[in-house]
Amino acid sequence: MRPLHALLLLIALLAAPTFAQAQLTQVPGQNSPTTKEQVPLYVPQDDKVIGRVSIPDEKLAVLVQPEGREWREWRTHTLRLVIGGLAIGMTAVLAGFFLYRGTIRIHAGRSGRLVLRFNGLDRFAHWTTAVSFLVMALTGVILTFGRPLLIPLIGHQAFTPLAEYAKSIHNFVSVPFVVGLLMIIALWLRDNIPEKADWVWIRTAGGLFSKAGGQHPEAGRFNAGQKMVFWSIVLGGIGMAASGYLLMVPFAVSGIGGMQIIHVVHGLLAAGLIAAVIGHIYIGTIGMEGAFDAMGRGEVDENWAIEHHRRWYEEQLRKGYVEGRQPAE
Amino acid sequence: MARMKFLCDSERCIECNACVTACKNEHEVPWGINRRRLVTLNDGKPGERSISMACMHCNDPPCAAVCPVDCFLQTADGVVLHSKDLCIGCGYCFYACPFGAPQYPRTTDFGSRGKMDKCTFCAGGPEPDGSVEEYQKYGANRLAEGKLPLCAEMCSTRALMAGDGAVLADIYQERSLRRGYGSGAPGWSTAYGRNDRGSPFAPGGPGTGGA
Repeated sequence: MRPLHALLLLIALLAAPTFAQAQLTQVPGQNSPTTKEQVPLYVPQDDKVIGRVSIPDEKLAVLVQPEGREWREWRTHTLRLVIGGLAIGMTAVLAGFFLYRGTIRIHAGRSGRLVLRFNGLDRFAHWTTAVSFLVMALTGVILTFGRPLLIPLIGHQAFTPLAEYAKSIHNFVSVPFVVGLLMIIALWLRDNIPEKADWVWIRTAGGLFSKAGGQHPEAGRFNAGQKMVFWSIVLGGIGMAASGYLLMVPFAVSGIGGMQIIHVVHGLLAAGLIAAVIGHIYIGTIGMEGAFDAMGRGEVDENWAIEHHRRWYEEQLRKGYVEGRQPAE
Repeated sequence: MARMKFLCDSERCIECNACVTACKNEHEVPWGINRRRLVTLNDGKPGERSISMACMHCNDPPCAAVCPVDCFLQTADGVVLHSKDLCIGCGYCFYACPFGAPQYPRTTDFGSRGKMDKCTFCAGGPEPDGSVEEYQKYGANRLAEGKLPLCAEMCSTRALMAGDGAVLADIYQERSLRRGYGSGAPGWSTAYGRNDRGSPFAPGGPGTGGA
């Protein structure tokens, strides 16, 4: 037995350095970290009850965020009040104005001669933006007011697919909206730069309240009211698009507090734009005779052009865009 | 009827993450979703505390208030559940929740985040108790089997407790009495000795080593 023990001891002694060496030169696993920096510990810098989490989602290091209560108040009450209040208020004001003034007629009646006002590209840009805006306004309103108004009517099972489609459509239609908005800026920015004559229009409120009619401050291609609509749509639209895309990629640029603020901005701009567009649609349709032709067929009646945009009409006359009249020398 | 609550005793939590692991395993929670997580406050500083956090099953749940499709429900036990059939993954519940409880399987897919997932207090969902659909959507329904949430059952230091709020209150009160005031405060043992745990009823009295 003794020689056997000695042999075993010898084998063990010989093998020991090999084992030790094997442990020393052990290759780390493919995914195991080799430096301290590779071990992810997320320590976000923010202003709430925040600690450290060892999971790769730094949002979750926020232990308590009491701002959620204010956002809840905004989402469940303020947002609905602002959007609904502005839309209904604007409609009521317009109804009152319609009762007071009725449809604003072309004072001199229709001449039958047409002046080119918006070419095909102008109208394509306008209607791309307009249809996208209306679709997004409708789907946004469904998501905002659906729970108190639609769920009692159609039930939860039917409202969920509606809300789901509304959300997807709202997101995807933003693309044509931005395309149309950029075209509008490129096409009409030149004619919408504020000028001195706009003060006259603003002081006289564009002659909107002169019941006798026929009183129109002189205006170029766009009067001050139209310029205000232009800048609301352009600035508001840019703000809506920017905030909307940030909402679509949550937490890409900010933490939870930032997302709440972005949502509030999106909602406030939406309320303002919906009210502005209601006014825009009113004056472009039943509010004024001959106005819809501008964006509908692209050509307006000569007398409408003379009454509302004399300076622009004279330019068109010089360029020869007035049907049946020779360019003036 | 019991009002089910969670209570994490931060004096006891040792940040072992057993509750997190137990939750993930019990409910087969997919990667990237954390129904329960551990947050360490003042990490590495005096007064460091770890707290295990998940959906707290609020009395007046903000998630339910802001949900545009009204997919939340609260059981008679006070447990806040939601229907994944109705959820549209808008993410509003995460904005409103004070505790970061709602989780989404996708986060950057052009506004689509998938169905929200969160702690169910091991009580499944609106589907029939113990059904296959319920397990696939929400994980195990331990409450229906008469068991409490596994995270709390798994806790080795009994820091995380789950169950009837009245019972939890009694347990926590008992612990506070035994610990004494100031027992966990930084500097206390240095100033007043390791064995002085204070007297809960008489601050400054003989028990505090003050007088």
